[in-house]
Amino acid sequence: MKIRILLLLSAILPLFSFIFPLWFIRLIAPQYPEGVNLLIYINKLGGQIDLVNGLNHYIGMKKIDPNAITELKFMPYIVIFLSFLGILSAIIKNRILILFYFLVFSFFAILGLWDFYKWEYDYGHNLSPDAPIKIEPFQPPLFGIKKLLNFTVYSFPHIGGWLIILAWIILFCINVCYVKFEKAYKVV
Amino acid sequence: MKSKTIFILGVGAIVFALALYGCPKKQTSNLSIEASAKKVYVPPGKYDEFYGFLSGGFSGQLMVYGIPSGRLFKIIPVFSVWPENGYGFSEETKPLLMTSHGFIPWDDYHHPELSQTNGVPDGRWIFGNSNNTPRVARIDLRTFTTVEIIEIPNSGGNHSSPFITENTEYVVAGTRFSVPIPQKDVPISSYKENFKGVLSFIKVDPNSGRMDLAFQLLVPGFNYDLAHCGKGPSHDWCFFTSYNTEQAYTLLEINASKNDKDFIIAVNWKKAEQCVAEGKAQTFKTEYYHNYYDEKKHQAFSEIKKEVKVLLPKDCPGVAYYLPTPKSPHGVDVDPTGEYIVGGGKLATVILVHSFSKMLKAIENKDFIGEIEGIPIIKYESVIAGEVQNPCLGPLHTEFDGKGFAYTSCFVSSEVVKWTLPNNEKKLEPFKVIDRVPAYYSVGHIMIPGGDSKKPWGKYLIIMNKITKDRALPVGPELPQNAQLVDISGDKMVILSEFPTLGEPHYAQGIPSEILMKNQVKIYPLNENQNPYAIKSEKEAKVVRTGAYRVDVYMTSIRSHFTPDNIEGIQVGDTVYFHVTNLEQDWDIPHGFSVYGAENAELLIMPGETRTLKWIAKKEGVYPFYCTDFCSALHQEMQGYIRVSPRGSNVAIKYSTGQ
Repeated sequence: MKIRILLLLSAILPLFSFIFPLWFIRLIAPQYPEGVNLLIYINKLGGQIDLVNGLNHYIGMKKIDPNAITELKFMPYIVIFLSFLGILSAIIKNRILILFYFLVFSFFAILGLWDFYKWEYDYGHNLSPDAPIKIEPFQPPLFGIKKLLNFTVYSFPHIGGWLIILAWIILFCINVCYVKFEKAYKVV
Repeated sequence: MKSKTIFILGVGAIVFALALYGCPKKQTSNLSIEASAKKVYVPPGKYDEFYGFLSGGFSGQLMVYGIPSGRLFKIIPVFSVWPENGYGFSEETKPLLMTSHGFIPWDDYHHPELSQTNGVPDGRWIFGNSNNTPRVARIDLRTFTTVEIIEIPNSGGNHSSPFITENTEYVVAGTRFSVPIPQKDVPISSYKENFKGVLSFIKVDPNSGRMDLAFQLLVPGFNYDLAHCGKGPSHDWCFFTSYNTEQAYTLLEINASKNDKDFIIAVNWKKAEQCVAEGKAQTFKTEYYHNYYDEKKHQAFSEIKKEVKVLLPKDCPGVAYYLPTPKSPHGVDVDPTGEYIVGGGKLATVILVHSFSKMLKAIENKDFIGEIEGIPIIKYESVIAGEVQNPCLGPLHTEFDGKGFAYTSCFVSSEVVKWTLPNNEKKLEPFKVIDRVPAYYSVGHIMIPGGDSKKPWGKYLIIMNKITKDRALPVGPELPQNAQLVDISGDKMVILSEFPTLGEPHYAQGIPSEILMKNQVKIYPLNENQNPYAIKSEKEAKVVRTGAYRVDVYMTSIRSHFTPDNIEGIQVGDTVYFHVTNLEQDWDIPHGFSVYGAENAELLIMPGETRTLKWIAKKEGVYPFYCTDFCSALHQEMQGYIRVSPRGSNVAIKYSTGQ
């Protein structure tokens, strides 16, 4: 019974990313003590994109254009698919299905992070040769804090992201439980 | 023998003076310099407790200070042009300064007054009066900009203004100089016969703040000096002081100072409203301007109005009463309870306090000693609550601390006196002076935040002096004026600091900072900009010849370039309108715009705003334009050129950026 609730939880938590952002990037500088925020949602970008674009043109970074990021168009379907898989697992409670659900979940999570990394790499390395301020190509932080000129860049999961991480941990634990204690507790 | 007589006379005079005015005490500060400094020190990055709005008087502008630090934060242009940001020079703001006498680039701003809800300053708007060409302005405190100016017809000088009723139902505007109504060519010596005063009531829309001249009360040809409206029980009434009841028209300093008593006129505006609704007012033909600023269009507009409703007191019995008040009264101030009406008789030896409840009773009993043009005069003894005996010399204005104490400025003896009202919280004997501090020098107005409202924040008092002399570093014959900050939280007033003020502050207002801070506008959303000349992106930038002698440039500014920044095809004699839209949507990133040889001023354009500068191409050549407000690391690169060809030249209109 408990497993069923936990499975349902892991299926529902990622759906909150339709309300809360997955990730945030915050730029803080002496003249921006309040910070400039970029928010990454499951299907859109939020925060002060125009402002970030305005500031980035000094170092020749490409404009961040949400329409150019096709991932934003199909990411919602992935999340819905994962939730569907989770609910199915909770109903059927098949060991193999649950493991499959975990593996698919993990695959997309890693794929998402890798994709995010690739975008950041692209923004940090394809710098216009005409930029007023010439800097070495750089890798913006995926998770953590990095100093860049007058800005300190913070990049961390937002509520939606943390809920997905929590869902993944729950799912991970469920699977570990199976492996270790399946026979002893007969959880299925 | 002779010297002895002089000695005795001298001693006698001193004893007499002391008996009359009390011992002029030195300020008995019980605070050390360090303790005073601590009270006014606001550490870096911290905020002042109050906003202080001090009028600029003959500068025509409104100053914004932090209290208690005394730091000047802003000068809001109101009645005078302001080249610093293009106010009155940009095409969008010029209509604000239009009047029936044409474009007036200067005026004399006397009294700021905050809007109130239930008698308490609400921080929505602050009003201002212009004394020269009679007008009332409204300033929006979300943006700290002037958004409306209405001209007052039939007025000769708008001094007893812009005081408001308890819920900002009305702003009042009484004339300082009576004039022929309607204006006509008559001998000045026909004053008594031809000259009249008006007390105007301007209705304020409770939501938008938009003003509308509702009606004017036609009153005898005196000088109507100051005003304040009632609150609580006296909610329906406004009080105006009048002097020159002698009706002099020359050498007023002698001829208008003859009568022992002049008047405070009490006007029942509810009654007036009712009489106007009943059709008892007359419609006078006139002409006046009503100018307002549309925040979405980023543009001011003028409307010309041709009529005004004028109510004669004789047609509306009960609308007004005269309260005899000694002698040439200046300030009239209503205490927070609405019961006590204090008259500052600038030549009087007492501070006179009228009682509102006694006034009502006297009206009921018809306790009148006469009538002037349909306005009954109430018997002096029947209306007074008390007299503060020998307070000082030249009492002018009174503010209240909400604890039952009143503070009156005294111009001649250059001091502020604190005295007791009957409802004082220490239960001291009423109408007695209990403390005094010196003013450096010759105080006019004083201000306690909320000190003319129902709920004063009685912690500080600002003294606004007219004479500065040796108080600070000399800066030539023309000195700034000197303000003093006084701590009034204890029994004794304590002078904490002094700071300079510009122009000549008359009145002031104060309000706790948090009330205004939470409503501040940081940027104008670009997508809401409805200016007809606005463009929302660089792609829309263009240069269009719209007439044989007119070219319109639709330009954008963003860090750190203009689009377009190369303009050709202009001909000598063309009038070029630069419509510049600031595309920034970031807090505190205005861009400036100036062009070589412009005969007006620069533009200072806020994020998301559009401003237009008119420029006449006078000589062939290539002229630079640039951003004047240091906007970014590459601000110095933010520039462009406009090429002017001879008239009839075949150089075509051409524009670009980055090509």
